Parts: sequence; C-alpha cells; structure tokens
Amino acid sequence: MPKIARDLLLILLPVIAAFAVLPAIYSNHLLLFNFIIAMTLAQGLNIIYGFTGYLPFGYVGFFGAGAYGFSLAVMHLQAPPLLALAAGAAAAVLFALLLTPLFRLSGAYFSIANLAAALAMLQVVSNPNLESITKGPYGISLNGVFNPTFAYASALAILGATLGLVIYLRRSHFGMALRAIREDPISAGMAGINVVRERIIAWLLSALVAGLAGGVFAWYVSVFYPETVFSVEFTIFSIVFVLFGGNATVVGPILGVIVLYGIYNAVGISTPQYFQLIYGALIMGLVLFLPNGLISLLQRRGIDVP
Amino acid sequence: MFTYSLLAGLLFGLYFSLIGLGLNLIFGVMRIVNLAHGDFLMLGAFLAFWLFTLFAINPVPAIPIAFVGFAIAGVPIYYLLVPRLLRAKDPEMLSFILFFGLAQVIEAVTTIAFGTSERSIPGNQLGQAIATVEGLFTGHAVDDGPVEIFGQTFPASWVASGIASGCAVLLVYVYLYQSRLGYLTRAVMDNREEAVAAGIDVHRVSAIAFGIGLGLAAVAGVFAPFMLGSITPAMGAEITITAFAVIVIGSLGNPLGTVLGGVIYGVSYMLMQSYFSSWANLLPYVLLIAILLVRPSGLLGRRVRRA
Repeated sequence: MPKIARDLLLILLPVIAAFAVLPAIYSNHLLLFNFIIAMTLAQGLNIIYGFTGYLPFGYVGFFGAGAYGFSLAVMHLQAPPLLALAAGAAAAVLFALLLTPLFRLSGAYFSIANLAAALAMLQVVSNPNLESITKGPYGISLNGVFNPTFAYASALAILGATLGLVIYLRRSHFGMALRAIREDPISAGMAGINVVRERIIAWLLSALVAGLAGGVFAWYVSVFYPETVFSVEFTIFSIVFVLFGGNATVVGPILGVIVLYGIYNAVGISTPQYFQLIYGALIMGLVLFLPNGLISLLQRRGIDVP
Repeated sequence: MFTYSLLAGLLFGLYFSLIGLGLNLIFGVMRIVNLAHGDFLMLGAFLAFWLFTLFAINPVPAIPIAFVGFAIAGVPIYYLLVPRLLRAKDPEMLSFILFFGLAQVIEAVTTIAFGTSERSIPGNQLGQAIATVEGLFTGHAVDDGPVEIFGQTFPASWVASGIASGCAVLLVYVYLYQSRLGYLTRAVMDNREEAVAAGIDVHRVSAIAFGIGLGLAAVAGVFAPFMLGSITPAMGAEITITAFAVIVIGSLGNPLGTVLGGVIYGVSYMLMQSYFSSWANLLPYVLLIAILLVRPSGLLGRRVRRA
C-alpha cells in the first residue's frame, strides 16, 4: 500500500470520524467546533512554517479576512453560505497575493512585516469611518444564515481537505521541494526547483486554509467583533501547537492541538494568565531544548512518523 | 496647529528613539530579535510606579535606579539564553520565537502579581523636577506648569521626557564612539567572526550590550506613564511593534539611525493625529511595511539581507 494511502487511512479517517461522531455523545458542540478550527489553523500554519520555514506572525490576518469576506458577501450580496465561504477564501487568498512582496524579506523581517499587515487590516476593518461597509468596531451579526449543524459539517470537510493536503505535502515531490527550499534555497534552485513559484503556492494554500476556517467560523458563531477574528491569539496558539508536536509533520500539530488545547479548555479559560505563563515557558523550553517538537523524539530513533 | 504638531512630534520622536534604542543595540550586536523589549519597558514603568507609590521617589531619581537594576539583571539573562541560541542553526528566527515566549512569561507573571488594572503617575511629578532644575539655573523659583517653546505650550512632562531621551541617546553615542568597550562593541557589530579572531571576548561584550539594551528599555519605561498613558501588564506587545517600526525606519543594527527613525515616526504620528486622527493608528504598520519593502535596510542602512 503506498504511504500516502496508508496515512489517509490511519490519520485522516480516524480524526474525521471522531469529530463526526462526537457531537452525538458530547453536548458542548462549540468546544468541538473550536477544536476543529484550532486543528485546521495549526495545519494551515504548518504548510507555510513547517514546510518553507517562513513564520507568518500575522497568520490570523487571513483568518480575519476569511471571516469578513464571508460576512460581507452575506450582508451586502445576500449570498448563500457556501458561496459566501468561497468569497471568504477568495478574500484571504487576495490578501496573501497582496503580501507576496514580503517574501523579499528574510526571517524575522518577514514575520514582523506580516504581523504589521494583519494589524493594519484590523485597523482598517474596525475603523468607524467604514461603518457602512464593515460595521466598524461595532461587530457583525449574521442571523439570516445561522445554521450550526451545516456549518459544523462544512468545518469538518475543510479540516479533512486540509489534512489531506498536508499528507500530500508530506509524501509528495512538491512537499519535498518545499523542504529543500527551507533548508537551502540556493541549492534547491540549483537542483531545478522554481523557488519563488513553489514558495508562493505554499503561501497561497496556507492562506486559503485560514480563509476557509475564518469563513466557517463567522458562519458558526454568526456574531463577532473585529478583535475576535483578528485576535493575535489565533496565530500564537497555532504556532505553539505546531512547535509542540513537530513542524512539517502531519501528526505533530494534531497532537499539539489535542494535548495543549485540551489543557487550555480544562484550566486556561478560568485563569488565562496562568495559562499564558505555561505557554510562554513551554515555548522557551521547546526552542531551547526540543526545536523540532515531540515527534522528533521518535524520529531520532529512526521511527518514521508521518 | 502645524508648528504644534511638528514640535510635539519632535519631542515624541526623541522619546520613540529611546524606545527603539535598546532593541536596536541588542539586534546590532547579537543579531537576535528581542521580542520581549516592550515587556521589559513595561517592567520599567511598573518599577517607576512602585518607587513613586511606595517610597514617594520622584521619577527622575528612578531613572538611574531602573537603568542599573535592569542592566545588572540583563547579564545573567544573556548567559542563560543567548549562547545556547547562537549555536543553533538559525539563531535569528529561533530568538524571535524564544523571546516571544519570554514576553508571554513576563506579561503573565506581571498580570498575576499586579492584576490588569490601569495605573498612572501624576503628570506634574516630572514638571516639578524640571522646575527645580530650572530654578537652580535661573536662581529664582519657577512654577511647574506647562512649558512654552516657540509660542506653543506643551505639558512639562513631554518636554522632560524629550530632553531625557535626547540625553540618553547622547550617552549611548559617547559610549559607542568614545569608550574602549564601545569600540569593542562596534567591532562585534561589524563582524562577529573577526572580532573573535582578534581576541575580543565576544560574550562579555555582548552580555554588557544586552544589559544596556534592557536598561534603556527600563528608562524608556520610566517615562511611559507620561508619554503613553496609563500602564498595564499587557502594554508590551504594542510597544514592541512601535519600537520595530522606529528602528526599521532608521535601520536595523545602527543605533544612530534610530534617532532619525524616531523623529520621522514621531513627527508623522503627530501630523496624522492632527489632520487624520481616525487613521493615525494605522500609521506604524503601514510605515513599517512600506519601509521594509522599499528599503529593507532602513534609511541609513547598508545591505542586511542575505538570501
């Protein structure tokens, strides 16, 4: 059996099946939905950070763009939800296209510029002068399309597609090329990889995932403020999930979400500052002692973990 | 209105230079990104607040206390974190994440210790200090009200912060260009490998630069209650971004470019506040992206990017 089929069977199928069955047993559907969003965003960030090494500190910008793309399509064009979801994805991809010049910057400069771009986007959509278009800082309310069951199913489908994409990247030539670019762009270019094009494709795919997640989030919660969907916490959480499990792997971010987001929901919501402390210490410890995440403990022993 | 914005921008610009200076010194010497810069500034602000509230110590004597305290604390932090980082494959990127983690820890610990309520120091405290100094020079008592410059009146605390920031920048200049240690520091900034080859104790020089960087952040923090409004444990992140905007405009790794960056930032910020106030908050981000794209090395910079 080819490896890619095995991964689909052993990773994607159980995760999707679990999230499909759980709502019948467990009554807190919002929590399950948040798990799906967290997992989708972590994998989306994994596509750009894990495979190309660029850390998008403003990743939440695409999530927010997706949420607002969805909402604007519903409010102003009366679009049906699935069409509005496409609009949200398009908004995120357009925003990503607009930011492609940032790839001229290296490392930390890229991350800072990207964060600035996301914050600039927040300032624009929450500006009171644009109230007639975006409702400014007063938040959006989408009662017309509220349908949690349908939205949950769509989120699950998006998660499935994202996991499939990451499994493909993990096992395909394209993913290999991306990792080669991450290790050494010049050698990768000499080996015949079109560095600029491949990198931008990964960037747009990553933004597409976040845009879809943002759109479906707007649909599911249907009442939110600009600060909700542009909260830097989404980026932070995604980075920590990916770092914790192991970047450029399929299992790593899933593990990160289940363990850390699980702990967060158990203790973090009531005492956020203690959780922030644990998070910060965890990030520092990981960077200093285990920069490739938990999975690297297995990989070092020669065990192939997808 | 225009003169007012220009002069206020200049005062704030000097202060913004001070905010960026420590971050830039650390980046210039170690090529690591101190994303916790704003949080060290916040700690400095809290230090000034507690010194004032508990011991009634005026913010002016708090300046040397903050500088020395943070500079001394910086050395062990350096030896704990940085040498290990510099051995890694991509220290610049990893430092970015590591100090982000540190920023989270500092913010969380401060929140746990002090809560999230907003705190401030009465604005006339700095005014009294400035009036005392003026009184010493002129020989008669001066009131501690607003200060008049070119027919425009400004809060005395703005003027005091601007002047103190200018002095701090000048002292860093003297340190870098007139002292032996500063000479060594510039050697490490220019080329780390050759500095090692020339027998310079790079870690010692870097540790001192790191300490000075944190000390400068703390000094900027002492003025934060007067220049940036009330202080909260969560204020750090936004300041870090502002500091980045300032040093990127000037140029990364060039402490003197920071002054240019700070003044440009301050003046354009004040002009925006006066004429397009609802869009003024957008300025740091747009300025940052624009400068990074047009001149990634900053206005005074040489080439910094490698691949």
